[in-house]
Amino acid sequence: MTAVTEYLGKNVRQYGIWGALVAIVILFEILTNGLLLMPNNVASLVQQNAYVMILAIGMVMVIVAGHIDLSVGSVVAFIGGLVAIMMDKWSLPWIVAVLLGLVIGALVGAWQGYWVAYVGIPAFIVTLAGMLIFKGLAIVLVGTTIAGLPPGFNAISNGYLPNSFGFMAGRDVVTVTIGLLALLGLVYSQARARRTLRKHDLAVEPFPAFVGKLVLFALLLGYLTWLLSGSNGMPIVLIIVGVLIVAYTFVLGRTVFGRHVYAIGGNLNAAIMSGVNTRRVNFGVFVNIGVLAAVAAIVTTSRAGAAVAAAGDSYELDAIAACFIGGTAVTGGVGKVSGAMIGALIMGVLNMGLSIMSVDPSWQKAIKGLVLLLAVAFDLLNKRRAGTS
Amino acid sequence: MSTENTILEMRGITKLFPGVKALQDVTLSVTRGEVHAICGENGAGKSTLMNVLSGVYPHGTYEGDILFENEPCEFKTIRDSEHRGIVIIHQELALSPFLSIAENIFLGNEQSTRGVIDWNKTNAEAARLLARVGLSELPDTKIKDIGIGKQQLVEIAKALSKRVKLLILDEPTAALNDEDSAHLLDLVRSLKGQGITSIIISHKLNEIAAIADRTTVIRDGKTIETLDMHGAEPVTEERIIRPMVGRSLDDRFPEREPNIGAEVLRIEDWTVHHPIDQGRKVVDGASISVRKGEVIGLAGLMGAGRTEFAMSVFGRTYGANASGKVFKDGEEIHTRTVGEAIGHGIAYATEDRKRYGLNLIEDIKRNITSAALGKLSRRGVVDREEEVLVAERYRKELNIKAPTVEALVGKLSGGNQQKVVLSKWIFADPDVLILDEPTRGIDVGAKFEIYTIINALADAGKAVIFISSELPELLGMCDRIYTLSQGRVTGQLPRAEATQESLMLLMTKEKEGTPR
Repeated sequence: MTAVTEYLGKNVRQYGIWGALVAIVILFEILTNGLLLMPNNVASLVQQNAYVMILAIGMVMVIVAGHIDLSVGSVVAFIGGLVAIMMDKWSLPWIVAVLLGLVIGALVGAWQGYWVAYVGIPAFIVTLAGMLIFKGLAIVLVGTTIAGLPPGFNAISNGYLPNSFGFMAGRDVVTVTIGLLALLGLVYSQARARRTLRKHDLAVEPFPAFVGKLVLFALLLGYLTWLLSGSNGMPIVLIIVGVLIVAYTFVLGRTVFGRHVYAIGGNLNAAIMSGVNTRRVNFGVFVNIGVLAAVAAIVTTSRAGAAVAAAGDSYELDAIAACFIGGTAVTGGVGKVSGAMIGALIMGVLNMGLSIMSVDPSWQKAIKGLVLLLAVAFDLLNKRRAGTS
Repeated sequence: MSTENTILEMRGITKLFPGVKALQDVTLSVTRGEVHAICGENGAGKSTLMNVLSGVYPHGTYEGDILFENEPCEFKTIRDSEHRGIVIIHQELALSPFLSIAENIFLGNEQSTRGVIDWNKTNAEAARLLARVGLSELPDTKIKDIGIGKQQLVEIAKALSKRVKLLILDEPTAALNDEDSAHLLDLVRSLKGQGITSIIISHKLNEIAAIADRTTVIRDGKTIETLDMHGAEPVTEERIIRPMVGRSLDDRFPEREPNIGAEVLRIEDWTVHHPIDQGRKVVDGASISVRKGEVIGLAGLMGAGRTEFAMSVFGRTYGANASGKVFKDGEEIHTRTVGEAIGHGIAYATEDRKRYGLNLIEDIKRNITSAALGKLSRRGVVDREEEVLVAERYRKELNIKAPTVEALVGKLSGGNQQKVVLSKWIFADPDVLILDEPTRGIDVGAKFEIYTIINALADAGKAVIFISSELPELLGMCDRIYTLSQGRVTGQLPRAEATQESLMLLMTKEKEGTPR
C-alpha cells in the first residue's frame, strides 16, 4: 500500500485533475440537490459542452506546438453562418453543407497557418487578426440570425442514435452495446500498454493503482451508460466527440506528426536541427484546428437550430482554459488530449451546475476565471515542489 | 589552521539534497592574495560549494562554518556575501544584452541621488573600472555589441565596483578563445597584485598550472587534497588529474588503427555571410574533404568560423548567402535544408546541446529517435516498442547513466546528455558525422568514453569531422587537422606533423592584405 501512496504522491498532478473533476461533480450534485446527475442533464452536459471538447482537442495541439489560437470562436460563428446559408438560401442538402463547412474550416486554418508557418508572424497576432476578421465576416454574412434549418442537421447535436435493437430490461440495447465496447477497448488498450512497458522494464504504476484506475473508469463508463440507456439513448454528438478523442490521442501519441508537434514545442531549435520540417508541422497544426473549429461550428449551429452572428463568443477562452486546467504547459511541449478533455469537463460541469443553480452569467464568468487561475497555480507550485521547473 | 593570512576558512561543510549528499565535510582554506584553483569532475560539488559560500544556499540549509576574515558568516542571500566583498561570477554571464556596459556594471547598485540616476557619475565610474580591467570600449556601448571575452571583463568590472575582496570565477574561460583567456588570466594576476584574492574553478588544467598558487581537488563532494603549485616538485596536469578521478590517466586518448578509404565528403570554396551584417564573410572560400574511416579536425580560435562553416553546410542553419559546392562520394549534392543534409547522410551534433541538440523536457528515448523517426514508423505511425528497444540498445552501448530510457534528458549530467546527442545521430546512421565540441563541459571520465565512441564510429567506416577548441584533443584523436582563421582554411597537417605550436601558428595566420 505504501508503494501506491508514494506513487500517487509523485503523480499528484496527473491524478489531482481527476480528483478535482470528481470533487466538482460531487459539490454541484449536493448544491443542486441531485439535479446535476439527472439523466437529461448528463445528456445535455455533453451536448452543451461538445464545442469546448472539440475545440480543446485542436487547441491542445496548437499550445503544445508553442502557439495559441484566439480566432476559433469567431471561426465558429463564420462557418456556422456559411453552413446555414448553404442550407437555407442555396437549399443544399445538409450533408453537403456540412462537408463544405469542413473544407472551409481547412481553408481558414490554411490561411492562418500560412502567416504563422511560412511568414513567421507570431500566432498570437495572426489569430487576433483572425478573431476580428472572421467575427466581422460572420456578422456581414448572417446579419443576426438564420433559422429554420433541416431536421437532419439539427439532430447532430440534439438527436440520439436510433433505438434499432429495442429495449432489454428497460435499457436501450444500442447504448449498452456501445458502452460495453468502449469499456472493453479501454481495458484492452490499457492492459496492452502496461504489458509492453513491463516487458522492457520501464516504470509502471503499481498494480493496485492500475486496477483501481480501471475500476474507476469502468464505474464511470458503466454509470454513464446506465443513465443514458435509461432515458433517450446515446447522443449523436457524444459519438462524434468520442471518435475525435480516440483519433487525436492516437495522432498526438503515436504518429510521427504528433511527435514532431511535441518536438517543436519542447525545443524549436533542436527540432530544426533534427531535420523536422517545422513549417509544415506548424501549418498542419493550424489546418487541423481550422477543421475542428468547423466541426465545433456545425455542432453549435445544430444545437441552436440556427446560425447566430453572436455565436462562438469567447469559445476560444473556454478551449484555452480547458487545455491549461488539463495540464498543458504554457510554454509548449507538454500536454495531452485526455488532460484537455478533463479540463473541458470541469468547465462544463461548472457551466451546468452554475446554470442549474441559476447563478448570474456574469458571476459564472468570474468563477470560471478563478478556477483557471487556481488550476494553473496549483500546477506550477506542484512542479516547483517536485523541482522540475 | 587559521592564521593571520587566511582570508577564508570553510570548515566541515555538508550540504544535502533530497537523496544526495552533495558536499560531505568539505574543508577549504584560502590565503589572502592568492589565486586558489578548485578542480574536480562535473558533479564533484565545486559549484555547490561556491553557492554555499556566496549565500545562494542560505545559512541553515547546510552544516559547517564559514569564516571570512576571521569572522563567522551567516549569509542569507547573495547580497549579504557581496556586502562582505565576496563576488561570484557564474559560467553563464548575468548581463542584460540591451543595456549599456555602464548600466550593467551598476545594475542593482545604481549611482543615484534620491532615486534619480546620476549618469555622469555612472559613466565616469564605469570608464574608470573599464580601464582597470583593460577594456577600451565606451561605457555606453551595448553589451550585445561586444564579444563574450569582453563581456567576461565587464563582469569583473562589475565585481570591482562592489569593492570585491574575494573574487570567485566559475569556469571563466570555458567560452573564451585562447587570446581572450590569456587576457583574462593576466587580469586575474594583476588583480592579485592589487590584493584581490581569487578562487577559480576550471576544467582547463594547463590554465590552472599557469595561474594558481594552490589547487584544491574535490571529488564526490569531499576535499581530496590541496596542492601547493610552487612546491619543490612541479605539479603536472597528470598530478592534478590523479586525485580528481582517483586513478591515473596514463593514456588520455584511446588508440585507433586508422583504416582510411575513399573520399566521402568534399566541400569546395564555401563562403557564408553573417546573418545580420550581410556584407561580412564569416566563412571565406573554405575547402575541406574527409574520407571513409577518417577523423579530421577543425581547429580555430573563437570567431574563426568553424561552427558557422559546419552549420551552414548542414541545411543552411547559419548565415546568409551561402555559396560553394558540396560533393558526396564524388557527386555534387545540395544541403539546403536539414532534411536534405540528413538525407545525404550528413549529421551535425551541435556544440550547444541544450539549445540546439536536445528537447530537455522529453525523455531519453524520444530524443534518441528524434532525428530518424522515419526508421521506426510505418505510414506515419511510430512503433513504440521498437523505439524502446532502440533507445535501450544505445543506453547500454554508450553507457548512458539513467535508470530507464524514460528518464527526462534535462535531469542528466552534461556527459550523459552528450551521449544522448551522439546516440541520436548514430541512430540516424549517417556517413559523415560533424561533431562540434563534443566534450565541452563534461568530466574527464565521460570524455574518455566519448573518444572511444568516436573511434568506434571511425572503425565502422564513418567519416568524422571533429571540431574542438582543445588542441591536445585534436592531436590525440584526428588523422588530419585543418586550421581555420578568420573564416579561411589556413592549412592542414597530418597527425604526425601537427603540434600545438604548429597549429597555433596557422590558427593565428592573418588574412593577407586586409585593412583591419
